Amino acid sequence: MRILSLAGRRLAASIPTLFLILIGVFLLLQFAPGDTVDAMMAQMGGGDAATARELRKFYGLDLSIPMQLGNYLWRLIRLDLGFSSIYGKPVATVILERLPPTILLMTASLSFAFFFGLLLGVIAARGVNKWPDTLISTLGLVFYATPSFWFGLMAIVVFSIYLQWLPAGGFEDIGAAQTGFGRTIDIALHLILPTLTLGLIFLAIYLRIMRASMLEVLNLDFVRTARAKGLDETRVVVKHVLRNALLPMVTLIGLQAGTMLGGSVVVESVFSLPGLGRLAYESVVQRDLNTLLGIVFVSALLVILVNFLVDLLYARLDPRIQAEA
Amino acid sequence: MTRLEMTRRTALLTSAAIAANVANPLRAFAQETPRKGGVFNVHYGAEQRQLNPSIQASTGVYIIGGKIQEALVDLDANGQPVGVLAESWESTPDGKTITFKLRKGVTWHDGKPFTSADVQFTAMNMWKKILNYGSTLQLFLTAVETPDAQTAIFKYERPMPLGLLLRALPDLGYISAKHLYESSSDIRQNPTNLAPVGTGPFKFVKYERGQYIIAERNENYWRPNAPYLDRIVWKVVTDRAAAAAQMEAGDIQYSPFTGLTISDTARLSKDKRFIVSTKGNEGNARTNTIEFNFRRKELADIRVRRAIAHAINVPFFIENFLGDFAKLGTGPIPSVSTDFYPGPDTPQYPYDKKKAIALLDEAGFKPGAGGTRFSLRLLPAPWGEDISLWATFIQQSLGEVGIPVEIVRNDGGGFLKQVYDDHAFDLSTGWHQYRNDPAVSTTVWYRSGQPKGAPWTNQWDWKNEAIDKVIDDAATEIDPVKRKALYATFVKEANTELPVWMPIEQIFVTVINAKARNHSNTPRWGSSSWHDLWLSA
Repeated sequence: MRILSLAGRRLAASIPTLFLILIGVFLLLQFAPGDTVDAMMAQMGGGDAATARELRKFYGLDLSIPMQLGNYLWRLIRLDLGFSSIYGKPVATVILERLPPTILLMTASLSFAFFFGLLLGVIAARGVNKWPDTLISTLGLVFYATPSFWFGLMAIVVFSIYLQWLPAGGFEDIGAAQTGFGRTIDIALHLILPTLTLGLIFLAIYLRIMRASMLEVLNLDFVRTARAKGLDETRVVVKHVLRNALLPMVTLIGLQAGTMLGGSVVVESVFSLPGLGRLAYESVVQRDLNTLLGIVFVSALLVILVNFLVDLLYARLDPRIQAEA
Repeated sequence: MTRLEMTRRTALLTSAAIAANVANPLRAFAQETPRKGGVFNVHYGAEQRQLNPSIQASTGVYIIGGKIQEALVDLDANGQPVGVLAESWESTPDGKTITFKLRKGVTWHDGKPFTSADVQFTAMNMWKKILNYGSTLQLFLTAVETPDAQTAIFKYERPMPLGLLLRALPDLGYISAKHLYESSSDIRQNPTNLAPVGTGPFKFVKYERGQYIIAERNENYWRPNAPYLDRIVWKVVTDRAAAAAQMEAGDIQYSPFTGLTISDTARLSKDKRFIVSTKGNEGNARTNTIEFNFRRKELADIRVRRAIAHAINVPFFIENFLGDFAKLGTGPIPSVSTDFYPGPDTPQYPYDKKKAIALLDEAGFKPGAGGTRFSLRLLPAPWGEDISLWATFIQQSLGEVGIPVEIVRNDGGGFLKQVYDDHAFDLSTGWHQYRNDPAVSTTVWYRSGQPKGAPWTNQWDWKNEAIDKVIDDAATEIDPVKRKALYATFVKEANTELPVWMPIEQIFVTVINAKARNHSNTPRWGSSSWHDLWLSA
C-alpha cells in the first residue's frame, strides 16, 4: 500500500514535467526548417508542388502551429499518441514494436556494466595503488575515452570478419525461422557485441565510482570495529563495506537509464538493431513529429519508472532512508 | 588539411585499384551454366515510407519494388526500350494516341490475370495523380482506352513524343493491380503499398520495419526458367561503415547506388571478393550543381556567375577527391545520354583565375577592405560525401578571388525548405538527377513559372523566354531528330546564361560480391527485376 501511494505521488509529480517536455520538443521541432513532406520529397528525389500540397493536407500540416499543438495535447489526454507519417500506422504500435530490442539491450548492458563495474571497483579498491588497481584504472580510462561507434566497428572486424564467431549485425538470423529456445540463443548471440559496446563506457564510470566509494567506506570507524571483532576480510568487505558503498552506484543507475536510451542510437546504427534510438533519429530527420513526441513520452515514462525502482532499492539497502520517508 | 590529404590519398588509391575493374567489370563468365538457388542479401540504407513504384519514383523503392512489380517497358543492355509487360507499341502520326499491346498469360502473385484494366487504373489513378514526375509527364493524358484485355490506348491532349514516353516508362511505368486498389479510398494508405503484389520474378514475403524485407521466387513467372535465386533479403543497415563490415563478413552481397563511404569503397575495390564499378548505373546519371540565387544583385550579373565558374578548378577537384567515378561535366545533359548529348562544343568555363578576377572587376565588384568583394552563403545538400567536399572546394576557390563563402549545412528536409521554398540561399549545391530524357527531370531546373516550394526546379528568380520556348517545343516534338536538335539548343542557351552550373558528371557506384553473375547488365540494373541474376557456387 505504501509503495502504491509512493508510486502515485511520484507519477502525479512527473505529469507536469512530462507535458512541459512534450511542448518543448514540439516547439523546438518547429524551429527546424522543413516538415515531413519536405523530408519525404528529399527521400523520393523529386516531386511536384501539387503532390506536396496534397500531402501537407493529408498529414494535417496545413493547420496553424497552435492548432497542431492543441490537437496533439488533446489526443494525448485521451491516451492517443497519434499516427506516424513515416510508418503509416499508430505511433503506439510503432513504438511497441521497437521497445523489446531497446529494453533488452539496455538491461543487458546496464547489468553488465553494473556487475563488472562493481567487481572491478572492489578489486581495485582492495589493492589500491598496487598493480591490479593501476591496470583496472587504466583500462577504465581507455574504455571511457573511446567512442562507442569505433568500439563497435572494431568488435565487428575482430569477432565477425576475422574470427567469425559472432554475427556482424541484426537482431536475429533471418534465414532460419527459429522458435523457442533456439531463437532465444540466436538473439542472445546477436546482442553480445552491442551489449559489450554500449556497456564498456558505463562500466568505466561504475568502476571509478565503486572504487572511490569503497575506499571511503573502508576508512570508517565501523569497519575498524568489524575488523577488531575478528571478522575475516571477506566478511568485512561483503557484509559491511559493500552494502554501504553501493548507494552511489544505485543512484547512478537511475541517472543513466535515460542516457542509455540516447546512447544507443550509435550502437543500434552500427549493429543494425531495430531500437528506439534509431527510431528517434529517423523521426527527427523525417520530421515525423508524432513519432518523436511518442518516443519522448515513452522514454520519460521509462526513466520515471527506473528512478522509482531505484528509490525502492535505496530503502532496501539503507533502512534509515525508509524511516525518513 | 589532414582531412584534405586523407581524402586525396584514398581517392588516389581508389583510382589505381579500380582501373582494372572499370576496364572489365563483368569479368565475362560466358562459359558457366547458370545455377538455380541461393539467397541474395542487399544493403538497404534508407527505408522508405512505402514500396510501390507506381506511386513513388525513387531508387529506394525500385531496389525492392522493382523485383516484385514490373513496368510496361525497361531498358536493354544498350539502353534502348525493351518490352516487359508491354509487347509492342505504336504512335499515331499526330503523337496524341499511343497504343500498347500487352503480354498474354501474365498473372499477379495472387493468381488473378494481368489485363489492360490494370494499366488503365494505374495510369489514371497513380501515375497521373500521385507519382512524382509521373504527374508532370502524364499532365496531358486524358484517358486510357481498353478495347480488349491485351490493348491499352493512351490518349493525349497534346502530342506525346513516343521516345520520351518509352524512356520515361522504365522508371515511371510500373503497374499495380487494380483489384487490390480500386476499393481503397486513399491509394497512399492502402496496406498493399507495404506488402506489394506484382507480376515480377519475386513475391513479397515479409517486411520487418527497421530490420529486413524478404521476397522469394515466383514459381509462375512468365519468363521461362526465371528467376534463378530462391530469395532476396534486403537488410536495413543505416551505418555505412557497418554495411561495409557486413559485406566483408559475407552477410551482404550487394550495396547499390554508392551506399558505402568513399574510403570503404576504395578498400573493397582492392579485394578480390568484390567488384566495384559504375557499370549498370548509367541510367542513374547525375551532375553536381551550383545554383545561383538571382535575388542577390551580384549573382544576377552574368559576369559574376561566369567569374565564379572560371574561379573553380574542376579537373583538379575531380582528380583529387572523386577519382574515377566522376568526370568533367559539360552541361545539363550528361554524356552517357547518347540519344540527347549535344557534345562538348557548348559554352564552357575552364579554370582561369585571371579571367575570373577580370570579370569581377569589370562587373564593378572591386575588392574592398581585406580584399573582400562581397560574401555569399552556400547551402550544400546532405545527400553525399561528394557534395560536402565540393562545397568546401567552392568555398576555398572563391575565397581566392575575394568572395568569402559561408557554408550552411542542413539535413534533407531543411535543405529543400530553405532553398526551394524560403529561397534563403545565395549559392546552393546538390545533385541534378538525369532520368534518360531531359523532359523528365532536367528542364524543370530551367523552365520559368515553377510553383514555389517544388524541389529541384527553377527557384532562382530567373526567366528566359527563349529557353522556355525551346523547352516547351521539345516536350511535344514528336520527330526524334528535331527533338535532339532542340535539346542541343537548350544546352547551348543554358550554358550561356548559366542560371545553374553543372560542371561534374557522376554515376552511382555498385559494390557487389564477385560470385554474382548477370549483374550490372542494363543501364538501370539496380532498379531492374533481376530475373536473370544468379550466384555461382
